Amino acid sequence: MSQDVDGSQPVEKPLETVDSVVIRFCGDSGDGMQLAGTQFTNVSAVFGNDVSTFPDFPAEIRAPAGSLFGVSGFQLCFSSNDVYTPGDAVDTLVAMNPAALKTNVGDLVRGGTLIVNEDAFDRSNLQKARYEIDPLKDENALAGYRVHKVPMTRLTRDAVEGLGLSNSDADRCKNLFALGLVYWLYDRDATPTEDWLKSKFAKNPAILEANLRALKAGYTFGLATEQFTVHYKVPAAKLAPGRYRKITGNEALAMGLATAAKLSGREVFFGGYPITPASDILHDLSKFKEFGVRTFQAEDEIAAITSVIGAAFGGALAVTASSGPGIALKGEGIGLGVMTELPMVIINVQRGGPSTGLPTKTEQSDLFLSYFGRNGDCPMPLLAAQSPGDCFDMAQEALRIAVEFMTPVFLLTDGYLANGAEPWRIPKIDELKPIHVKYQTENNGNGDGYLPYLRDENLVRPWAVPGTPGLEHRLGGLEKADRTGNVSYDNDNHQRMTNVRRQKVANIAKTIPLQEVDGPESGDLLVVSWGGTYGAVRTATQAARRKGQSVAHCHLRYINPFPSNLGEILQRYKKVMVPELNTGQLWLILRAQFLVDAIGFNKVKGKPFLVQELTDKMDEILAS
Amino acid sequence: MTVDTELPVLTAKDFASDQEIRWCPRCGDYSILAQMKKVLPTLGVPREKMVFVSGIGCSSRFPYYVDTYGFHSIHGRAPAVATGLKVARPELMVWVITGDGDALSIGGNHLLHAIRRNVDLKIIMFNNQIYGLTKGQYSPTSPQGKRTKSTPYGSVDAPLNPLAVAIGAGATFVARSVDVDIKHLGMVLERAAAHKGTAFVEVYQDCNVFNTGAFEFASKKDSKQDHCIYLEQGRPLVFGSDRDQGVRLNEAGEVEVVKLNGVKEDDLLFHDEQREDPSHAFRLAQLRWPNAPEPMGVFRAVEKPTYDEAVDQQYKERRAKVGEGDLEALFNSGDTWEVK
Repeated sequence: MSQDVDGSQPVEKPLETVDSVVIRFCGDSGDGMQLAGTQFTNVSAVFGNDVSTFPDFPAEIRAPAGSLFGVSGFQLCFSSNDVYTPGDAVDTLVAMNPAALKTNVGDLVRGGTLIVNEDAFDRSNLQKARYEIDPLKDENALAGYRVHKVPMTRLTRDAVEGLGLSNSDADRCKNLFALGLVYWLYDRDATPTEDWLKSKFAKNPAILEANLRALKAGYTFGLATEQFTVHYKVPAAKLAPGRYRKITGNEALAMGLATAAKLSGREVFFGGYPITPASDILHDLSKFKEFGVRTFQAEDEIAAITSVIGAAFGGALAVTASSGPGIALKGEGIGLGVMTELPMVIINVQRGGPSTGLPTKTEQSDLFLSYFGRNGDCPMPLLAAQSPGDCFDMAQEALRIAVEFMTPVFLLTDGYLANGAEPWRIPKIDELKPIHVKYQTENNGNGDGYLPYLRDENLVRPWAVPGTPGLEHRLGGLEKADRTGNVSYDNDNHQRMTNVRRQKVANIAKTIPLQEVDGPESGDLLVVSWGGTYGAVRTATQAARRKGQSVAHCHLRYINPFPSNLGEILQRYKKVMVPELNTGQLWLILRAQFLVDAIGFNKVKGKPFLVQELTDKMDEILAS
Repeated sequence: MTVDTELPVLTAKDFASDQEIRWCPRCGDYSILAQMKKVLPTLGVPREKMVFVSGIGCSSRFPYYVDTYGFHSIHGRAPAVATGLKVARPELMVWVITGDGDALSIGGNHLLHAIRRNVDLKIIMFNNQIYGLTKGQYSPTSPQGKRTKSTPYGSVDAPLNPLAVAIGAGATFVARSVDVDIKHLGMVLERAAAHKGTAFVEVYQDCNVFNTGAFEFASKKDSKQDHCIYLEQGRPLVFGSDRDQGVRLNEAGEVEVVKLNGVKEDDLLFHDEQREDPSHAFRLAQLRWPNAPEPMGVFRAVEKPTYDEAVDQQYKERRAKVGEGDLEALFNSGDTWEVK
C-alpha cells in the first residue's frame, strides 16, 4: 500500500505474512484503550480473522491520571487459525504512558514490538509510575524489544489543528492515532472504524473530523516514518461458512433471552440491579421491548429476585442477573423460587471475591455459592456457558429447563466471558428451537379443588397463572403438602417433598446431551474444566496431543445435574486434572460425587489461565 | 347467539378459602379479614384477577384465607414480589398484606420504593406495634420505653411514624383505620381499592397475646370520639363526643387543639385529601395520641400516573413504533461478514 504524504512518495514497505498476532493497548482509564481494542477487534473480525479478546480494566471509572492502578488494557488475539484465547504473551504492546509501560511490558515477548507515546514520559508521569530513570532513555531498560517512540500527543494535536479544539479535546483523540498506526502495522482496512465514528459523532462534526484526522495521521505516520521498516498481514481464518458478527458474552445473553421471548411468544421479565460485570445485560434488554422483554431496575438485589418471582407467578419468563455480592443477597429469594417451584433463571456473572473483591476481574469462585448457597436442602439446576457465543445458546437452554421443569435455574458466566468477544456465526431463525410454554387451564382435581402440586412423570407441577378462573391457589415459602400445596408441617410430607425436589432436578439429566470428550476415548490424562476456561484448556489439550501426549478434554456446560455419562468417562483415564479459577470447587464436587482422585490446578489472580500454565501442569502430572 | 357478559354476583363466602384459620383467638386480624371479604365482592373484579401478596408475620398468613390467587412470600419482600407481578401483569388487582415489622423494618426499602414509584398496589399494613409471630419483641412502631422480651428495661428506639414515612416517600393514597371499627375499616378498604396507584393503609390491630390494648384509645366505643378525629373531605377538623373541640393553625403555623366555644368553624383547619402539596397530610400524620387527637380515615388521595401503567405504555409505544421485533435484524446489527 502506498500513499502520498506531504507530496513525497513513500517507499513501498515489505508486507510479511504471519499466522497469529496478540496486541495489547494500554493506558490510563480515560485514554480510550477499550475503544481502541474494540475497534481493532471489529476491523479484524470483519476482515475474517478469528479473534478472542480480553478487556482488563480497573474498578475505578477514572482513576488518577498516570497512576499504576489506573491502567486499563485491552488484549486481543487475531489469527488465520481458530483461536480460543486472547493469547498468553503479547506480540505488540501499545503503551500510552509510563504506568502502562511498567505494568504491561512484562507480558511482551522478547523481540516484540513496543509502541510508546513518548510525550507522556514527563517527570510527573515517570514519578507516578515510580520510574527513577526514564526507561526510554535507559539503554538497558527496554533492550530486547523493538521500541518505537512516537510523539503521539504532539502529532495528534498537529493533526487536529485548525478545528478549534482545546488541547484536552485534541488529546482525547490520541487513541485513534495509536489505532491508526497499528492499523497500518497490521495492514487493516480502517473503514469500519471510520463508519463507526461517523455514526457516533454525527451530531458533532468537529469531534468527528478530529478523530478521523487522528486515525489517518497514525496510519500515515506508520507509512511514512523510517521507524517502521516492515508491516504484517494476518490472512483470514477458515471459519465454518456462514454470516458472522462479533459478540461478547453479555450481548449474547441478552440476545438469547430476547430470542426466547420472541420465539415462545411469551414475555421475558428481567428484574435487575446494576452490578459489575452484569449490568450490560440489563442495558441491552431494556432496548428489546419489541421482542417482548420488560425490564425492571429494582431498588436492590433482593427486590430484583423477588420481583422476578412475582413475574414468574404471573406467567412471565422471568430472569435476573447479578454477580457474587448480589447473588449472595438473592439467596433467600432463590430458595422461595425453589419452594414455590416457579420457573426463572438466575444469571451469575462471576467476579473475584469474597465480599466486594475484584469487581472488574474474572474468577470462577461462585460455583459453591450458586450450587449450595441457600438455606435448607435446596437443589437447583446449574449451567455454565463456555464462550461468549455459547452464552446465546445457554440463555435459551436455561429458560427451557426452567419452564419444562418448573424450577429456578442458575446460569454461570464470568467477567472474562461477559466482556470478551469472539466471532459468532449468526444462526438461521429456523435453526432455533422455541421454548414451549404451557399454562394449566383445566382443574386437575377430579371435581375437588385445583391441585397445584400434582406432578407429572418427571415430578413437574403445573403452572396456573392468575387470571385463570377456577384455579385460584396460594403459593408460599412454607413447606407444601404434596398435591394440594397447602401449608404442611407433617414430618413424612417434608421428607417426601425434599426427596421430590431433589429427584426433579436429577430428572433434568434425561433432557440434556451426553458429555462429549475432545481427544482419545481413554488415556493418560483427562482434563475436566467448566465455564470460561474452555478456550485456554482446549488450546492446551490440543497442543498436548500434537506433542504426542495422551490427553483428552472434557468441558462441562451442565454442572447440576451432570450429564449421565460423566461418571463413566472419569473412570477411563489414568489421571484427572481439574483446572479452575478458584481454589478447587468443581474439584471438590467431582471428588464427592464420583470418588475420583482428581488433581486440582487453581489460580485466582483475576486473570484467565495462560495456555503455558496449563501445559506446564499437564506435563508435570504426566511425568509423575 | 347472545353472550352473557354479566359477572356472577359474589358474596363474602365466595372469598373464603378452605383453609383453617390459625390466628390466635380474638386476634384483630379476624376482623380485618372479615371486612376484606365483605369489600371484595363489591369491587366488580373477578376473583381470578385478584392476587394477595404477603411477607412474613402473623398478618402475612392472610392470603391463605382468601380464595383468590395468593402468594405468601418472604420477610419484607411482598412489595417487590407484587411489583414484579404487577409490571408483568398490569391487568391484575394486586393487594399487599403486611405488618409493622415486615413493612417498616426488614422490608422498609421495598415499601419506600413501591410507594415512590406509585405502583398500583393496595398495601394494607397491620400495625400491632409488636413482633407477634416471633413471640413478643418490640417493633419499629413500638413506643419508647416499651418493655418486651428483647427490651426488658424498656425500648430506647424512637418509633417510626408509618404514615409520615409513606407521605414522605410521595404516597398518593394514605389512610388509617382500626381493626374493630368495622364500618370505618370497610370504608377505608373500599377507598383504597378504588384508588389508582399505591394505596397505603395502616390498620391498628390488637395483638391480644403480646400487646393487648395498645389501641384502646381508638377502639373503645364510648371514648374513641374524644381521642380521634374522623377525617371528612372538605370538612373542618372537629372531634369529641360532643363535637366541641377542633384543630386549627396558630399564628406560628403550628397545629393547636381548641375548644369550639368562641372559635368560628371557618378558623379551623379544613381537611382536603386531594391537595397536591403533601404538607397538609404530613401535618395530620404528626398528630398522635396521647399528645394530640389522632386522625382516622383518608389523609391523602391524589391522582398520579402509576408505574405499571407507564412501563406498559412505554413497552407498547416502542412496539407500535418499530413493529414486532425482527430477530434476523437484531442478530445482523453492527458489522457482519460472510465466510464462504
